[in-house]
Amino acid sequence: MSAVQSKTASQFEVGTDVMVELSGVNKWYGQFHVLKDINLTVYRGERIVVCGPSGSGKSTMIRCINRLEEHQRGKIVVDGVELSHDLKNIDRVRREVGMVFQHFNLFPHLTVLENLTLAPIWVRKMPKKEAEEVATHYLERVKIPEQAHKYPGQLSGGQQQRVAIARSLCMNPKVMLFDEPTSALDPEMIKEVLEVMVELARSGMTMLCVTHEMGFARTVANRVIFMDFGEIIEQNTPEEFFNNPKSDRTKLFLSQILHH
Amino acid sequence: MTEETVTVAPKPDLPPPSAATGPVAWLKENLFSSPLNIALTIISLLLLYLIVPPLLNWIIVGATWVFPTEVIIGDRSPRYADCGPDGACWLFVRTRIEQFIFGFYPETERWRVILSFILGAVGIYGLLGGPERFRRQAAIGFFVVFPILSFWLLRGGLGLLPVPTSQWGGFMLTLVIALVGIVLSLPFGILLALGRRSNLPIVHLLCVIFIEFVRGVPLITVIFMANIMLPLFLPPGYDVNVLLRVLVGTTAFVSAYMAEVVRGGLQAIPKGQFEGAMALGLGYWQMMRLIILPQALRVSIPSIVNTFIGFFKDTTLVSMVGLYDFLNMVKAGSKDANWIGADLTGYTFCAIVYWVCCFSMSRYSMHLERKLHTGHKR
Repeated sequence: MSAVQSKTASQFEVGTDVMVELSGVNKWYGQFHVLKDINLTVYRGERIVVCGPSGSGKSTMIRCINRLEEHQRGKIVVDGVELSHDLKNIDRVRREVGMVFQHFNLFPHLTVLENLTLAPIWVRKMPKKEAEEVATHYLERVKIPEQAHKYPGQLSGGQQQRVAIARSLCMNPKVMLFDEPTSALDPEMIKEVLEVMVELARSGMTMLCVTHEMGFARTVANRVIFMDFGEIIEQNTPEEFFNNPKSDRTKLFLSQILHH
Repeated sequence: MTEETVTVAPKPDLPPPSAATGPVAWLKENLFSSPLNIALTIISLLLLYLIVPPLLNWIIVGATWVFPTEVIIGDRSPRYADCGPDGACWLFVRTRIEQFIFGFYPETERWRVILSFILGAVGIYGLLGGPERFRRQAAIGFFVVFPILSFWLLRGGLGLLPVPTSQWGGFMLTLVIALVGIVLSLPFGILLALGRRSNLPIVHLLCVIFIEFVRGVPLITVIFMANIMLPLFLPPGYDVNVLLRVLVGTTAFVSAYMAEVVRGGLQAIPKGQFEGAMALGLGYWQMMRLIILPQALRVSIPSIVNTFIGFFKDTTLVSMVGLYDFLNMVKAGSKDANWIGADLTGYTFCAIVYWVCCFSMSRYSMHLERKLHTGHKR
């Protein structure tokens, strides 16, 4: 990941206003207690990397932030809006929170440009022309403007994921959630996606990333969170987290992912 | 991107190995490659020889196509005895064709039916095959203007001679029932399918009850029930005509089937598509209309058209409540004293017409599948 290590984490600006706040969040799948009393405060401009073994609840946690999953106890506030059963609030939050998925979830029946302009036109009520300008801008930012009129199925995995990032950005979100954005990619495509994400971090976007890309965590994260069995076990700056992990479970996890 | 500029030249592409060519090689490979294959080839040829020539002979060569002289000069009307014994009696179809198409529709008013046919054909062409940029106008034309206009044309009134639906019949009636069922069943089916998947318990329950009830009884029962029960729900003295009752019954029936077809399509859509749409802030109806249904309907095209084809042929069941659809009209024609014995020809004619209609639908659906293919794997 040497190509992306041009800036250290401390060089990014972090604000003091709270963007996302989870307090005492609990969730169950049937009898299975998947999130146990999660407390997390994310400030504007923070880049948080969430890691942990599979089944530790990390994806579930970030999916609660835009209500793709419903939490059963506790409180989630995104940019001052509390997530409850109020559909209006859910829509408000989803408009402001972008999400990038492991499997891209592009719309295969629409061209890349249509994928990008869909939400701005229908959700933001933006005129088509303006939406296309915005879309073109972001396609340039993720370095694939020439693919605008192709269908997602004609692109490589890395290109699809960059389109997915651009699609979220077109909604001009305040927070971006990444749910294992590089896990479904071939190794040679991971870099191009991470570069775009680093770029995005540099622009001051508030980001929560579930990922196992530790190089990315070292480069851009200002906080790394380790989860296991539905709990936040440890959180720290990347340097402290990787060089000086506190809990045994973190040490075990790090030894497993770093020495394979 | 900072790509290394090392160019690695791949080996040049070679042409694929050319298959053995020529008709003899083809025959050898496909028809006579093994003893079993040889046996199958011979049996197939034998069957073809036994079936095809006599059939063609009956339909075309041995059939009677031309009226005898005394009929042409107008001495008498044609009858079954004018036909040769060894083939189809196309004189029957030639004599009765107008009745087969228009039923008992008054002769002087038949231009109205023809005009409706033409309008419908133009509408269907505009909707399915015409240029993309007129699609919206074509849709309005076909789904709004055409039904109103053709209803007025067929039914009469407002300056046109009223023609009661009891005089409608033949192929025209078949088309009316089929088109109403096909056009209405898709939106109803979609709503029922969405309702069945809904989280709202009442909506879900109502949709399940409707679908399972209507789908669980034969169409003929639905038609009978619509015919008998519909008047019971209406205020006394308010008479609904038989055709309308039948249309309600058949549309309900095909909608229930369509609901299950669409539900199957909805289930084929990965969860990620819903999540992708929701994460962008799309509401339920936007998500369904823009993301989910276009994909669900695309994967369901074969089943949707399959349902349409089945329904098109099932329209013949309306004869059970006394309507003279195409098949019933032909059947009635062959009961005529002059044409006793012509029923085989009549049914053959019906079979050909139904086959042409259904085969066209099938071909169109294949064309549509190819056209909507956007290169994504499933």
